[in-house]
Amino acid sequence: MENHGNEYAVEMLHITKRFPGIIANDDITLQLRKGEIHALLGENGAGKSTLMSVLFGLYQPEEGKIRVNGKDVVIRDPNDANALGIGMVHQHFKLVECFTVLDNIILGAETCKFGFLNKAQAREKVNALSERYGLHVDLDAKIEDITVGMQQRTEILKMLYRDNDILIFDEPTAVLTPHEIDELMQIMRNLAQEGKSILFISHKLAEIMAVADRCTVLRKGKYIGTVNTAETSMEQLSAMMVGRNVNFHVEKQPKTPGKVILKVENMTVASKLHKNNAVRNVSFDVREGEIVCIAGIDGNGQTELVYGLTGLEPLAGGKITLMGDNITHASIRKRSKDGISHIPEDRHKHGLVLDYSLEDDIVLQRYFESDFTQFGFLRRKQIRGYAEQLIEQYDIRSGQGPVTMARSMSGGNQQKAIVAREIDRDPKLLIAVQPTRGLDVGAIEYIHKKIVEQRDAGKAVLLVSLELDEVMDVSDRILVMYEGEIVGELDPKTTTVEELGLYMAGAKRQEVREGAK
Amino acid sequence: MQNKKHTSWLKIPAVQTLLASLLCIVAGVLIGYIALLIINPSGATEAILTVLKNFWTYSRPKTQLKYLGSTLVKTAPLLMCALSVLFAYKVGLFNIGAAGQYVAGAGASLYCALALQLPWWVCLLAAIVCGALLGAISGALKAYCNVNEVISCIMLNWISLYTVNTLLSQVKDPTSPYTLNLKRTNAAAALPSLGLEKLFNNNANVTIAIPLAILCAMAIWVLLAKTRLGYELRATGLNRHAAKYCGMRGKFNIILAMAIAGALAGAGAAMLYLTGFEEWSCTQSSVPAMGFNGIAAAFLGGLSPIGTIFASFFIQHITNGGAYVDKTMYCSQISDFISSVIIYLCGFVLFIRRFMNSRIAKANEKRAALEKGGDKQ
Amino acid sequence: MILLIQYMLIFASVLMLVALGGCFSEHSGVINIGLEGIMVFGALGGALMMKWLPVGASALAVISLSILAAVIFGMLYSLLLAVAAINFSADQTLVGTAMNLMGTALATVIVKAMNTAANPDNVSSTIQYINAKKAFLVNIGSFEFNWFMLLALILLIASYVVLNKTRFGLRLQACGEHPQAADSVGINVYKMRYAGVLISGLLGGIGGLVYITAGVSEWKFENGVAGFGFLALAVMIFGQWKPIRIALAALLFGFFRALGNVYTGFDFLQRLNLPSNVYNMLPYIFSLIVLILTSKNSRAPKAEGVPYDKGAR
Repeated sequence: MENHGNEYAVEMLHITKRFPGIIANDDITLQLRKGEIHALLGENGAGKSTLMSVLFGLYQPEEGKIRVNGKDVVIRDPNDANALGIGMVHQHFKLVECFTVLDNIILGAETCKFGFLNKAQAREKVNALSERYGLHVDLDAKIEDITVGMQQRTEILKMLYRDNDILIFDEPTAVLTPHEIDELMQIMRNLAQEGKSILFISHKLAEIMAVADRCTVLRKGKYIGTVNTAETSMEQLSAMMVGRNVNFHVEKQPKTPGKVILKVENMTVASKLHKNNAVRNVSFDVREGEIVCIAGIDGNGQTELVYGLTGLEPLAGGKITLMGDNITHASIRKRSKDGISHIPEDRHKHGLVLDYSLEDDIVLQRYFESDFTQFGFLRRKQIRGYAEQLIEQYDIRSGQGPVTMARSMSGGNQQKAIVAREIDRDPKLLIAVQPTRGLDVGAIEYIHKKIVEQRDAGKAVLLVSLELDEVMDVSDRILVMYEGEIVGELDPKTTTVEELGLYMAGAKRQEVREGAK
Repeated sequence: MQNKKHTSWLKIPAVQTLLASLLCIVAGVLIGYIALLIINPSGATEAILTVLKNFWTYSRPKTQLKYLGSTLVKTAPLLMCALSVLFAYKVGLFNIGAAGQYVAGAGASLYCALALQLPWWVCLLAAIVCGALLGAISGALKAYCNVNEVISCIMLNWISLYTVNTLLSQVKDPTSPYTLNLKRTNAAAALPSLGLEKLFNNNANVTIAIPLAILCAMAIWVLLAKTRLGYELRATGLNRHAAKYCGMRGKFNIILAMAIAGALAGAGAAMLYLTGFEEWSCTQSSVPAMGFNGIAAAFLGGLSPIGTIFASFFIQHITNGGAYVDKTMYCSQISDFISSVIIYLCGFVLFIRRFMNSRIAKANEKRAALEKGGDKQ
Repeated sequence: MILLIQYMLIFASVLMLVALGGCFSEHSGVINIGLEGIMVFGALGGALMMKWLPVGASALAVISLSILAAVIFGMLYSLLLAVAAINFSADQTLVGTAMNLMGTALATVIVKAMNTAANPDNVSSTIQYINAKKAFLVNIGSFEFNWFMLLALILLIASYVVLNKTRFGLRLQACGEHPQAADSVGINVYKMRYAGVLISGLLGGIGGLVYITAGVSEWKFENGVAGFGFLALAVMIFGQWKPIRIALAALLFGFFRALGNVYTGFDFLQRLNLPSNVYNMLPYIFSLIVLILTSKNSRAPKAEGVPYDKGAR
């Protein structure tokens, strides 16, 4: 063992970490060689983030040890990790929005004279680093004004500024455009060439194959294996990750769309984040019996588009028609009563009152109906009965049935409750925004099935998704959004993922005429 | 087996809240006692007992009853203020303006009674309307202008205090800073007692205000727990984004909740000043403590309308008790101090409950581990 | 007219000091509603020191020692907020409110206890400091200069420098904006928040001392500070959490507050024949209007009022 000591930058040996009820990491071993790019692959809940939290001292493992550069170490908190030269780009950036790029880089590692900041010296160092690694950022811009890609560069510079040489990237590509992803890959290669060791956490097989030297796979808290990417295939990695050969394809019969349910004309929605409009002059329609998918990189106006459709945000311009009725200025409640169901993007923010019981959350869209309210009083018995019926029908699992606090339920079951609530209202139009985000494979399949059922029952479905697989497999028609505009309309049967990617990145666009052709 | 039952009983939120509240009371009284000890050790024990005894200071049962009546007379407005705070809090708003709404209610009811010579129910109604209006202003500022309700409420407290001082100066007793005596000026404005005073040794200030306040508490409980409006308001308080998502009128609900809260506090003032128990001092330069004590009562009552009834009584009990301490050694503000300590400690209730839960969870885990170990053997 | 400026400056000093205190606390992520209580305690500390100092003490000693006492009292009292809000994730509004009530009640209890102990017939809630107070005042012509005005100016500049030019300021603000980010680069959020709250105790304590010396007569502790802590919060919001703007806002508010003291000196105001209560209300009405106009686009620190829990990420 000892003579291998210096071959590895980080070794996490036989790590076991238990939480009440589950073993998050069960005898996991991860060895990161110096100067390599090492991928850590696994689904949500496979134990990747627990393992990283152990590495950063946020959790203490019950068993196993950590070695850095061949020496046994005990890491008690992130400062210890930092002192060992370990840095991380978090999935959700840890940047102070109203600070400048430079302030963010130096924060916590400031160069000072008697407590006063010496920014000139810091600036010199940062400039040298960005020159060396090709990471160009405007140091005086505020974080809130720059793109996500630039924010990520800031995070990388933060690590380099601290002279870290073990760099961890947690799902770094989730928020990037394909072009930015390519750039990131190049940056990672540069870093590795300069002798930095990189751990790349991801569940995107293509990226792992493209950039990583080796790949360690976790599944349900267990260590599955480590392979050289040069000697493996995506299929093999996928099988290791999920434990079986998943058929990503969604079973779906062809169906001819019927009459137009939703018609959107020249819709414009202002942005809360910047001065430009988030949605610009968008027109499309959705017909009964079809699933129209809005594809695009996160933050290209999809969220605001849905807010505009459901009434959460007012329109800055344009017109929305639902089954011939103009609902442009209708209230949220009116739209909901008229037949729009909405599975929201953020189930904790919009979808549920977490401190309500499951039954109260299940009637969140219907509590005012005469079935559940009489003379201003809630009809508790009816609510209970209805909740029990949905729990049964949709297989929503919870500790105490209808009276379980929504907060105490698992994410998958929370989502099921929302899906049940929205579908059971028998809507004319179902708007589902990232309905499978953060769920495991079983729950994803279930929700896809339910969405396809709705389409087969003649409902119009508008699906907003960031996952390319979901876009390609579930939808009947794809609209690609880029910078607030619809830049392309594609048929999933005739298009390829690569072409879709070009549209999503803004590299390609077509003039889309009003939906019906 | 018994152990298991014991822990599950401790898990009930209401029980936890009750325990936490009792803990706050004990700690609050203890801290008050320590303060008294520091000031003057010789009389401290007696003084803290005096505060806690309140009307039991008197030896004759009839006198006790009479002064219990007096405590209840002031409990009624306190309960109303507490309900006001509680109601707003359920909708996610901190109604520190209960004090100002109370002032507005006092001004409206006394002006109607003394200057306009109106009957009691009109005066009561006027107090409700004025309190509600003031509350609605804070609500509207919050809903439409994003003004922090705490700060706007404080400003309105002072504005209403000075306004009411000016207004009531018109019905001031020429020889004192106080307003005219209610019963002598307009007997019809006094709240009816329906014979309730006889229960309290003919304490003439005991009126329907007391049962009315308790009825209000129950009504608020029903409103919050059983009605569609309560469902909406609680949802708004717990997650305003979700409330908006499902089409509830968020802004309207905020204004409505603050108006109801204001109405409660305003009514509370009428329930005191229309008994003739005390007059308004037109030169007072600080906002009456009633509204602030309402915060104490609301939180001590575990933010439950029913719990608030008992908490209000307790707070008023020690506030009145403070008047009986030996003035040569201590001052009556010791009660204010104890109630403020209790409010402060109420801030820890969430932590205490979390602590209890984690202890229970740990105990369960230990037991589970033990059982598991037993299986292995 | 000179009287108006004199009062305006002294009230502005109070408001600015307390608002700066609130500003430090909020930049660290803790909403400090309890500024009133802190002011009362600072005032208590300062007043006691003035009372206890021997009659012949030099002006410098009176000034520095009473300020020191106010600072210590204010900081100790602010610990109540720090402990509850930072270690126990308590509701900051609730705790602040309790502190305001407790400040007045406890200060009254203490002062009355001392007065009655000295003389059983004395049940007043004032402290004799009127002579010592003279140390703060310098007459320049008919203008009564108060050393606190200078101190306020110095502290304003210091606040500006600390917040914008030092490592401490950068870290403090990071804790109020994005505590997780600060934590991830090794900043101890709890410590920084303690620092923020303690500084607000320091400035609030001095503010309280200035407040009681601003009055002509001796101050009754049972009256508290008449909403000045909240006016200061309004000043802070109006000043958008930035020291220089806070100073300007404080001057404006100070003007309205001063009007209430000296309006009888202006013929045209006296001819309006408004009740004095109208002038008493002015600062509050003005601040309400200001809040209405400025709150919509407020740039409050993003994480203020949210308890930081290391476990939740």
